[in-house]
Amino acid sequence: MRVNGKGLVDRSAPLSFTFDGKSVEAYAGDTVASALLAAEIKMIARSFKYHRPRGVIGAGSEDPGALITVGSGAVQDPNVRATVQEVYAGLETRSQNCWPSLNVDLLSLNDLAAPFLGAGFYYKTFMWPKAFWEKLYEPVIRRSAGIGALSGKHNPDTYEKAFAFCDLLVIGAGPAGLMAALTAGRAGAEVILCDEDSVMGGRLNGETYEIGGQSGQDWAARAVAELSAMDNVRLMTRTTVTGAYDQGTYGALERVGHHLGGLGDTPLECFWRIVAKRSILAAGAIERPVAFRNNDRPGIMTASAVRTYLNRYGVAPGKKVTIFANNDDAHRTARDLVAAGVHVAGVIDTRQDAPDGEGYEVYKGAEVCNSEGRKALEAVTFRYPDGREDKLQTDCLAMSGGWNPSVHMTCHMNGRPTWNEDILSFVPTDGTVPGMVTAGACNGAFSTHAALAQGAAGAEAALGDLGIKMTKADLPEAEDAPYRLKPLWAVAGKGRAWLDFQNDVTVKDVKLAAAENFRSVEHMKRYTTQGMAPDQGKNSNVAALAVLADATGRGIPETGTTTFRPPYVPVSIAALGAGAQGDGFAPQRFTTSHKASVDAGAPMIEAGLWYRPSYFPAPGERTWRQSCDREVNMVRNAVGICDVSTLGKIDLQGPDVGEFLDFVYTNMFSTLKVGKTRYGLMLREDGTVMDDGTTARLGENHFVMTTTTAAAGPVMRHLEYVHQCLRPDLDVSMISVTEQWAQFAVAGPKSRELLNGLLDVEIDDASWPFMACGEVTLQGIKGRLFRISFSGEHAYEVAVPSRYGDSLFRLLVARAEAMGGGAYGMEALNVLRIEKGHITHAEIHGRTNAFDIGFARMVSAKKDCIGKTMSERPGLVGEERAQLVGLKPVGVVQQITAGAHLFNADDDPVRENEQGYTTSVGFSPTLESYLGLAFLRNGRARHGEEIKMVDHLRGITTRCVVCDPVFFDPEGGRVRG
Amino acid sequence: MADLIAKSPCAGLLPVTHGTTSLSEVEMTTLTSVAPYKGQETGLSDALKAAHGMALPDINRATGKEGARAVWFGQGQVMLIGPSPASSLADHAAVTDQSDAWALVRLEGEAAEDVLARLVPVDLRRAQFKRGHTVRSQLQHMMVSITRTGDNAFLIMAFRSMAKTLVHDLETAMRGVAARGSA
Amino acid sequence: MRITCPLCGERDRREFYYVGDAVALERPDPDAGDVVWDDYVHNRDNPAGVTRDLWYHESGCAAWVVITRNTVTHEILSTELASKVKEAQS
Repeated sequence: MRVNGKGLVDRSAPLSFTFDGKSVEAYAGDTVASALLAAEIKMIARSFKYHRPRGVIGAGSEDPGALITVGSGAVQDPNVRATVQEVYAGLETRSQNCWPSLNVDLLSLNDLAAPFLGAGFYYKTFMWPKAFWEKLYEPVIRRSAGIGALSGKHNPDTYEKAFAFCDLLVIGAGPAGLMAALTAGRAGAEVILCDEDSVMGGRLNGETYEIGGQSGQDWAARAVAELSAMDNVRLMTRTTVTGAYDQGTYGALERVGHHLGGLGDTPLECFWRIVAKRSILAAGAIERPVAFRNNDRPGIMTASAVRTYLNRYGVAPGKKVTIFANNDDAHRTARDLVAAGVHVAGVIDTRQDAPDGEGYEVYKGAEVCNSEGRKALEAVTFRYPDGREDKLQTDCLAMSGGWNPSVHMTCHMNGRPTWNEDILSFVPTDGTVPGMVTAGACNGAFSTHAALAQGAAGAEAALGDLGIKMTKADLPEAEDAPYRLKPLWAVAGKGRAWLDFQNDVTVKDVKLAAAENFRSVEHMKRYTTQGMAPDQGKNSNVAALAVLADATGRGIPETGTTTFRPPYVPVSIAALGAGAQGDGFAPQRFTTSHKASVDAGAPMIEAGLWYRPSYFPAPGERTWRQSCDREVNMVRNAVGICDVSTLGKIDLQGPDVGEFLDFVYTNMFSTLKVGKTRYGLMLREDGTVMDDGTTARLGENHFVMTTTTAAAGPVMRHLEYVHQCLRPDLDVSMISVTEQWAQFAVAGPKSRELLNGLLDVEIDDASWPFMACGEVTLQGIKGRLFRISFSGEHAYEVAVPSRYGDSLFRLLVARAEAMGGGAYGMEALNVLRIEKGHITHAEIHGRTNAFDIGFARMVSAKKDCIGKTMSERPGLVGEERAQLVGLKPVGVVQQITAGAHLFNADDDPVRENEQGYTTSVGFSPTLESYLGLAFLRNGRARHGEEIKMVDHLRGITTRCVVCDPVFFDPEGGRVRG
Repeated sequence: MADLIAKSPCAGLLPVTHGTTSLSEVEMTTLTSVAPYKGQETGLSDALKAAHGMALPDINRATGKEGARAVWFGQGQVMLIGPSPASSLADHAAVTDQSDAWALVRLEGEAAEDVLARLVPVDLRRAQFKRGHTVRSQLQHMMVSITRTGDNAFLIMAFRSMAKTLVHDLETAMRGVAARGSA
Repeated sequence: MRITCPLCGERDRREFYYVGDAVALERPDPDAGDVVWDDYVHNRDNPAGVTRDLWYHESGCAAWVVITRNTVTHEILSTELASKVKEAQS
């Protein structure tokens, strides 16, 4: 029911939205909750476990009652609080957790089964028979539990993340927060003021009292206007600070697009990481419900929420409202309602000394003990001090058990709140979050005057810390009424009295937990699930632990609270991972030949962040094997071209590079001659092989190291580590030149012929012998040429500045094709190197050492190097080690598969008998056989032996003969060709 | 014989404009990494001044101007942007050609700071990050160098191979900022 | 979490790569013996309190940094260039 002349909604801007398919009238500025209450729709959802009717209970993000689903199809957003969702024309909302409909919910039968569904029921009920769990219990529980549902479709909404920095972060824009921001803003500090509401002002917008002679609403609006005119102040509405983290970092969720239809590029949410030198927590307080029999009916709300709907939205949540309270504050609700012309059935106050009402009856010392009504509240029963019971017909009960300061953020860094007996609440403990102070209601200071004063004082303290000059703020006049209350947690009596409305946890459940010896508050929480719903116990925690304290005969402070953890409100994973959707997931690295490879029809595969061609299909080829076999033959018989730019290239310069390389490589590099290249092996300090590659000496003090594609980053980090942390005395400078050079392998018997057609000065065997390197020019462009070979053929790698990469690749491929060759991809490259027994990270996989791969002789005895000492440990060398070998199939089955296990020919293929495993496999068209590289226990002594390869996963057993890992051209005559 | 043709890192990707922010590729130029040998900082700075008219920049700073800049590029490393390096530099420093290693883009417009605030975890607001200031940091997941070259203009450098992702990530942020500006 | 790089200034933790105990700087002589090497490579204390470890400013200036911090309060007590720490040791 709308109340004329009240509220901040724009009565000149009517609009409509839908709830469960029905059109609902609303005004700009309404939330779904206020609009539904105005339309007298009270039942909005069904509860989690018992499927009891649920309505609006609060008016903010903590509301545990009115969870709805917004939108449909791919953008469907479940578990949205109707109290937070702003209305817009065309908004589509639905009730949830009911089937087939909100009114006729078959699962509400659970409510009748309540005696069997108490705390821990699932631990007790579904124990046996065991087979029932997977087939029956779990599917049924999954359907009936759960709150909203995801669409299961890809969500096209965009989410954003952002970083912000400030001197002072003010969390909450009620009177304390606004006063803090005004004080700091006027002094010129960089201020960020965040508030989760769409309109700043906090409680001021839900109240009628005055500040400085004007209404609280007007004062807040003026304060916001003043702040928004300051360049040094950033106002962030619809932004909930969700967590306090180390060194002044705060997380904040901004709802950017939830109140807009038709988003386009506008993100739905933005997750902010705010770095603040100081912060003021002015998060306010949350009014707590009272537990009494059937206190969960739609129409039963908190007293302050009723005021908010009346004063902020111009909505009376009922026609005949009853108030149930233990404190003076709740009497404001009665006064505001009466002033607005709404009938107040009475105020039931548990205190004998409750104030008298003006225009309404006060039942002093009485307490509400039951409620009635099918799908909404119709009447309450209350009990006088003498035990007599009476009944009031009422359609809205405004209850207040006092207020809980929102201390959450002060506990995010391991802090614990302190119990304050005066206000029967936990309040923040000072200094639990470095740089943060608390002000106003979240600090247990409930009057408006106190909020303003603490806000100003907090800002003054922060400014003082930051050395920013200021003039003391003049505090406007404001109410400073005392807050008098009497303990009231749960009304004694039979029946179920709700503590946690969202997870359906009652007083009985908490008592049962205590009786079953779950006496620790953390155990009680997990046993009953109290506080584990989306509201994270904001409404129920203190009352629940008061009940637990009572049941266990302890005080509340001894019982303690559970741990408050971020986030303060639910945050979608999409917001936390914003920016990482689709192509934003990870950088894509493209070689300069990428386009030419794609143009040639090559499927591209990911190699780390890089994309490399798998194979280049020729006309008529139908399988990758056909292409791969052709490409291998091409390299062995003519010439092939392969982009090897993805290998890491590190340029090292300085007088001490030789000594440095001797220390990071197992073998010697200081002795390498200028113009020569050498293969090097790099160990981790524990003796395991880290990486391998060739390093060329371009000048006396100038080397270029290559790393594998996968290890480029880690090797660079390692070299910097060795230099900075172990040998800062060495004068060495290093820089990655991976991106500078486009580098192509030109491999095969016709490689030199091809190159000589392109180089400005022709080369021959004398000028460029095997392992030679140096500068060359191609059409006047300076490049580098290395005579090195991964394929085992007479081969070169030619490098030019990357800008010419695309052009040179196309040219090389065209030349190669004219000579009976062409481009080859990763599949052929792999087969070529397996034929030669060359290792990759499939072999140096982080568990193998130099001895295992047969390179023990590469660990120079003449010098120390990283990993040398540990590589000589007992157990890292010897017969028991699995050693690198080659495998060839000899039986009927001709296939070797990677990751298969090796067994002695007559042994059972079980774990205890394992002799080794395969690492790399491929079909060699050169040798017309499958070939495998493997690690086999004492393998080097077993060449010629027949063993059994078993691939349990694929169901393949192959008899293999063990051989040297170099299958092809073991003398290496071809590379010198 | 077909000529070898130079291709810029962002060829075919730029320029783009979203709202008030524009992103364009900086014309390919000479980039030279200069890393002083031990105790050679002063000698290098003198040589740099004599040959190119700019001093060795301090940490987080850039010297020079459009066409000839020296940008601090990390511990013991400066990137010379524009001039061909004088041979005298090599007496004091490791000199490495990096002309083809980086994609250089210019982000410009009133909302350029807001765009970068969505990608870079560093305070780049004008009051803190003035003209001539530079940082090595990350943009989304990429290592970058960012230098303020004007009141509303930034020079952003990322690995050449990541040019497409650089443009993608910047454009995504530009679109979001533009949409908010018009909402 | 914010870490002050001795060169770049205060930066977000995401720019850094974490390695482990700064004992890594104290590499033993090759002939120091199995016990010393085993300690150096494998054995680490796990203190509730002050600890020193190595971080790499990978997305920033590429400096290796020794960070002294408190594992209980998460307070960062000091940050130093690893190269300076090492030079001071020798």
